Formats: sequence, C-alpha cells, structure tokens
Amino acid sequence: MGDDKYLVEMLNIHKWFAGVCALRGVDFAIGYGEIVGLVGDNGAGKSTLIKILSGFYPPDEGKIFFEGEEKHFSSPREARKLGIETIYQEAAMVPKMSIMRNIFMGRELLSFRMGPVGYLDIPRMEEESMTALQKVDLKLRSPHALVDELSGGQRQGVAIARAMYFKSRLVILDEPTNNLSVKESQRVLEFIKELKKQGISSIFISHNLYHVYPVADRIVILSHGEKIGDFRKEETSVEEITRLMILP
Amino acid sequence: MAQGLVSFFRRIILLREISSLVMLLAVVLVFFAISPLFLSWENIAVILEIIPELGIVALGVTMLMISGEFDLSVGSVFAFCPIIMTMFVVWGFSPLLSVIIALLVAMLLGALNGFITLFFGIPSFITTLGAMLIWRGAVLLVTGGWPPPFPTEMSTGILVGKLGFLRASIFWYGAIAVLLWFILERTDFGNWVFATGGNQVAARAMGVDTQRVKFINFMLCSLLAGFAGLIQSFRLATTLPSMGTGLEMDAIAATVIGGTALSGGVGTVIGTVIGAFLIRVIDNGLVIVRAPSYWFRVFIGIAIILAVILNSFVRERTKKLRC
Repeated sequence: MGDDKYLVEMLNIHKWFAGVCALRGVDFAIGYGEIVGLVGDNGAGKSTLIKILSGFYPPDEGKIFFEGEEKHFSSPREARKLGIETIYQEAAMVPKMSIMRNIFMGRELLSFRMGPVGYLDIPRMEEESMTALQKVDLKLRSPHALVDELSGGQRQGVAIARAMYFKSRLVILDEPTNNLSVKESQRVLEFIKELKKQGISSIFISHNLYHVYPVADRIVILSHGEKIGDFRKEETSVEEITRLMILP
Repeated sequence: MAQGLVSFFRRIILLREISSLVMLLAVVLVFFAISPLFLSWENIAVILEIIPELGIVALGVTMLMISGEFDLSVGSVFAFCPIIMTMFVVWGFSPLLSVIIALLVAMLLGALNGFITLFFGIPSFITTLGAMLIWRGAVLLVTGGWPPPFPTEMSTGILVGKLGFLRASIFWYGAIAVLLWFILERTDFGNWVFATGGNQVAARAMGVDTQRVKFINFMLCSLLAGFAGLIQSFRLATTLPSMGTGLEMDAIAATVIGGTALSGGVGTVIGTVIGAFLIRVIDNGLVIVRAPSYWFRVFIGIAIILAVILNSFVRERTKKLRC
C-alpha cells in the first residue's frame, strides 16, 4: 500500500551487486514541493537508490509508489514520463551542442513530421529556451551558444531550467555543487529554491552537508546501504548529522 | 571599426568548414598557377565526374562518425554491391530489381555491422575492420578475381547519363548532400545524431534511443557506399573486384578534413563535401601538372594533419580571444 501524502515513496528497497549488498531495506519518501537532502559518505548507497528511482535499474526487493500508485520502471524513459528528471553532473549536457539543442534534446519542438523525421521548429525553440532560462534568472547571450562555453554553475542552471520547462514533478540533483566555486554553488542553491517555489519536489544529493543543510526541508542520511537518519530540518542540527555521517 | 573587423575574422575562423575551404582554395590556386589547363571546362567536368563516388561514401561515413562510430568496410561494400547486382542480372532478374536487391544487401551489411557492434558492445573499428576483410574476400571468391561480364541490358543513364557536359551522378550527389544536410541540421533525428556522438550517457538519460540512432546510421552509411559503388560500375561499365580498395581511408580523410571529430558529436555535411573535393582536386591536379602520382598520398596525409591542427589548435586559440 502506498500513502498518497507523498509524491514518491520507496519501501524496503534492497539491491545487491555481485554478492555485495548496496542497499538493505531502505525506506525513502519525498513530499509534494519538498526539498530532500540525501547525504552520506562515498559508497553509502546514495547513487544506487537514485538510479533505482530514476529507472536505471530495478530494485531486487521493495516497492516504489508514485502518488500512491505502485510503479515498476524498466527504463529511465518510463520514470521521465512520470516527470522524474535526474540531473547528473557530467551526464546532463552535450558540451558541443548549443544550449537550445540541449534543452530540447529528445523532446524537440516540431513544426511538422515527414514520415520518420520531424522538422524542427527552431524559432519557437529559440524563444522558449530564452524564456526557460529567464525563469531561473540565467542571463545568457544567445540560445545558440555552446554549452562548452558555460561555467559549471550555468550548466546546472540550464539543466534545472530544462526540468522546469518540461514540468517535471521531481528533480533529482546528483552532487550539483561538486567542483564549483563558492559563488557558483550559491547560484545552484538559488536554482533549487526556485524549483520549490514552482511546487516541484527535489532530491539534493551531496556529501557536502553545508550545501544541503541551508536549502533542504528534510535530510536523509545513508550509511553502508542503510538509512540511519531521517530528520525535518527543524529537529536537527549540522552537528548531529555530521556525527551520524561519520559513525563507523 | 577595427574591433568589428577583428570580431568578423574571429567568427570566420570559428566556422567549422573554414580550414578545409581555405585549403581547397589554396590547392586550386596552386594548380591553376602551374597549369591554367586545370580550370578549363574539360577538366572541371572530369573532376565533377569522379567526385560523386568518393563524395557519397564520405557523406555516409560522416553521419556515422558524428554519431560516434566508424565504418571501415565501405570500400568493400562499394565493390560487393555491384557484384550482387551483376549476379542477379545474370540469373535473369530485371536490371531495376537487381539494383534494388543490391542496395538492400548493402543496407543489410550495414545492419549487420550495427548489430554486431551494438549487441556485443565491441568497437565498430574492430567490427568493420573484420567486415572489410570479409566482404572484400567474398568479392574475390565470387568473381575468382576476374570481373564478371557487365550486363549489356543495363541502362545506366539514370545514374551516370550525360547531361550536357555533366553526368547525372553529380546531381545525385548534390541531392543526397542537401538531404543529409537537412536531416542533420533541421530535424529531430539530426539532433539525436549529434547528441548520441557528443555525450551518449546524457542523450540516453534524456530519452534519446542512442542504439537506434547508431543502427540507422550504420545502415545509411553502408547503403550509400553500395550506391556509390553502383555509380562507379555504371560509369566504367564493369564490376572490378578491386573497386573501392582504400576508399575507406579517403572517405575518412574527407570527413576529418571537413571538420568532423573522430570522437563524434561534431561535424558538418558541407565540410565533408569540401573535404571530398579537396581530395579529388589534389588527385586530378597532380595529373594535370604531370607530377608523379605518388605525391597523392603525401598531400592527402599533409591535408589531414593540417586540417585537424587548424580545427582544434587554432580554433581553441581564437576562442580565447574575447572580443
């Protein structure tokens, strides 16, 4: 049974890889419009949990509910159809393609179809990509600039603008502030708050608690494949979470 | 004013096709300076007669390379396809039907390359190196090394018939180039091709069926190689088992000279057309100026390296000049 006060609920998730247990009985839920921080040391099982949620592989045991309904994802495409969008740091963008072509990659706007191929509606894609970027307060010269020429923070901004434009329900950000300068990281945190304002839920994965803590509504801590903490931000402190994270 | 001029030059230098275009113009000027005969109508007609065969193969190679894969077997398919056509005519099939069967076989060979590469997850370099040897071997086995008699009932006009001083093949080449340019730059499939070669993981995460994109390009590449082979065999009215030997290297050279990245994700149809012209112009120009033909390989080699240096090194430098 699922509980529909959550957008997504994962119950008793287990996953083994070649005899190694990556996740053992993890329960994980995300509310509507909630920002959930998912923290844990390297190898704690954060990526595995997220890859199950975004359809990259199925759990060996356990159930996933979306708006109270049980779902089985056999590919990322199916998860995306429900509006679950995952933004991986290196894998979100094609560097040698323009911002516009990146935003609409796989979901191109078409003027018409000719049999197997569709004719791109370039003027509309130009216009819509600029509007999408303005929504996250990103000011870029032209939708035709290559993603290659953007900073790491700007790229995250484009990816988040894309998720918003396509009306995602849940945006999963995998280490979005990794390798970014302090100022750039702040920009990314602003983008995440913008998601919440639009009523979009998000999961913010990081091993940097100081990035997660200020924006998250709730913080979930994984360690060695198990959930060892799940706190509303008001109920906890950075110190308590840090203590839990470094427990052997 | 000076600022505007600098920014104008910067934009020109950043054009993907510019290095190949500059090289082509330089080569044309040099040959013309040595022998004015080079730009006579007769010689231009000769160049336009030989260019479509390499040009069409290179276009297929470009599409596939942009999506991140190689095809070394195009030269062998180029020879195999006309042999199949001839065989079917000899067995009593109508010429038109034989041509269609031969093209389907070429496409099937591409599908086989695609299937083996994608299903077993091995590099296409290996798959198509194997395919190159296999189909060249098959050509020699079938023919016993001798060209089979070219069917006299074949009507070759539609592919290579003379229209004024041009052959029909140049129009086929033009049409295919325009069609592929359109697909690559103006359609959703084109966007998927660039995305697949540029960052396969991201493309797949955004719902692009990257395996399908590659598979289609493997088939397209092989189909175009077979089609080009038919054009050559129609033009020469023979099916030599040695046809297209080394063609895969010229096709890859034309593609790379035209600015397509070996690693995929970047490239243009126009660049490859210029690259193919450059190769054939050097080929023809050396004959016109009566240089030993051995120079051909030397110049192509220099052109490849120069093009890639211009495309990567000079472009990166120019990008840093913020104006």
